[in-house]
Amino acid sequence: MEASTARLGRRWSRGGRRYGTGERRLARAMLAPSLIVMALVAAYPIGYAIWLSLNEYSVRVPGLSRFAGFDNYSEAFSSPEFWDAVTVTFLFTVISVGIELAVGLGMALAMHEAFKGRGLLRTVVLVPWAVLTVVSAITWRTIFEPNLGLAPQVLSALGLPGADVVWLGETGWSMAVMVLADVWKTAPFMALLLLAGLQVIPNDVYDAAKVDGATTLQRFRRITLPLLAPAILVALIFRTLDALRIFDLPYVLTRGANDTTTLSLLSYQELTTNRLIGYGSALSVLTFAIVMGVSFLYIRLVGGNIRSLVADER
Amino acid sequence: MIAPRLRSLLLWIAVAAICVFCLVPFYWLINVSLKTGTDLSNADLIPPSPSLDNYSSIFENNDFTSALRNSVIITTITTALALIFGSFAAYALARLRFKFKFLILAIVLSISTFPPIAIAAPIFKLWTDIGIYNTYTGLIVPYLTFALPLAIYILASFFKEIPKELEEAALVDGATHFQAFRKVVLPLAAPGLVTAGLLTAFFVWNEFLLAVTLTSSPSAYTVPVAVANFTGSTEFEVPLGTISAASVVITIPLVVLVIVFQKRIVAGMTAGAVKG
Repeated sequence: MEASTARLGRRWSRGGRRYGTGERRLARAMLAPSLIVMALVAAYPIGYAIWLSLNEYSVRVPGLSRFAGFDNYSEAFSSPEFWDAVTVTFLFTVISVGIELAVGLGMALAMHEAFKGRGLLRTVVLVPWAVLTVVSAITWRTIFEPNLGLAPQVLSALGLPGADVVWLGETGWSMAVMVLADVWKTAPFMALLLLAGLQVIPNDVYDAAKVDGATTLQRFRRITLPLLAPAILVALIFRTLDALRIFDLPYVLTRGANDTTTLSLLSYQELTTNRLIGYGSALSVLTFAIVMGVSFLYIRLVGGNIRSLVADER
Repeated sequence: MIAPRLRSLLLWIAVAAICVFCLVPFYWLINVSLKTGTDLSNADLIPPSPSLDNYSSIFENNDFTSALRNSVIITTITTALALIFGSFAAYALARLRFKFKFLILAIVLSISTFPPIAIAAPIFKLWTDIGIYNTYTGLIVPYLTFALPLAIYILASFFKEIPKELEEAALVDGATHFQAFRKVVLPLAAPGLVTAGLLTAFFVWNEFLLAVTLTSSPSAYTVPVAVANFTGSTEFEVPLGTISAASVVITIPLVVLVIVFQKRIVAGMTAGAVKG
């Protein structure tokens, strides 16, 4: 290795350049296309969005604007719609991610057991994940269709409450359908992340615990959960980031009726339906700030992984 | 200690419950898509007189077929560009030596967590100004931005697994770094390219918020927008059968890909989550 590096060094320096300059130049050239696209479509628009949010735009005269400072933000903070959207978004996130963790963990534990057809089960679990979010919303709307959906039938057959409810027409019930559609589509993702975490726990730990007489429950609580904690944390953050940005589900299910207007949907409505560009931008910048707070946590947590990915081993 | 027999019984109950939970909702959608006329107002579990009428009617609907075409083109181009740009960037990050690597990768990854709503308004204004609003380009560029972080991350972790000795041998033989990348690393990382390509394609096919913000006519609508609009136009009489058929049609390709490439997809999904 040493020898080859030295030889390479000579090869580079023959061109009169310092060792490694060529490598750095190549790195720059190879990174450039990606970084330019990302700067153009992520960094610049965020800056522009912040600028838009500091201005007031005329609804009647396109192009007419005046600098408004933080007016749009104080309007947001004093509007009940904004706080409703914050509540709805966080409520949806906490409930759906919580249920997804429970369901996903159950699925992962079942898939981790050795039995015939395990590969088939993994494929089955991936089916909802492959379904488009919009289609997931349509599927669940169809299932909860009053009278002729699957859910009213099953509920009335089992004598459970909710059979006569117009689910997507009432507060609370609408949120329940939204949560269900989200859990159905994303619990499999959670399950596969947790399954990968389960697979790296060495078997001898369990064998040793068995020899010491630990029960199944004890082994789960004292070995599985603590060793799975890092995978759980990453899966939770992944899902939280997605849930906070949720847009497709309320758009298709309710258009935001019955207390299902999330932050993304509210910003979208102000921007497009009401054409309030300044105010809508302020809302989307606030959404951005909330999500980036969680995202920062995520980067901190996977930081170790990132470092090992970019580490120079030579 | 739970008796082994009870344990295996519980396991099979769990497996059955998982299958029901995962498959029944999609089955219901297929069931509804095969019903027509008065059957649609009955809640039968199996269509009494199954017919493909809904399917033939959506394929006669120009808005739907053009959305299919738009989505196929946009997905293909975005995926190809994401793999080309992404493999360059990933190789630089995984193998070449330069400064601020960690910072660059951290920024790249944080972009994947951006809420698309935050850039929707500025991009809308910008695209209107330069004339690419409601075009393929107008969607491909932002999709590329959101797809690249994941592609770069997956590809970099695959490149990292390739033994460095192979590349070094090529370098000693007089190849440049770029030649080593193209002729040695890239062919060996083919499974990584498949994984990254699949996840990119799934993302683009599925994306809704930017598609609904940056398009305004069937000439650029993608499939999620077209299907979501099926409902909006007839508020009082939801065309249940045709919407279901369209939903099934745009989902089936993904389900087939999942069945064929199950291992690759799971590898990609878990690439970032469990190492270290």
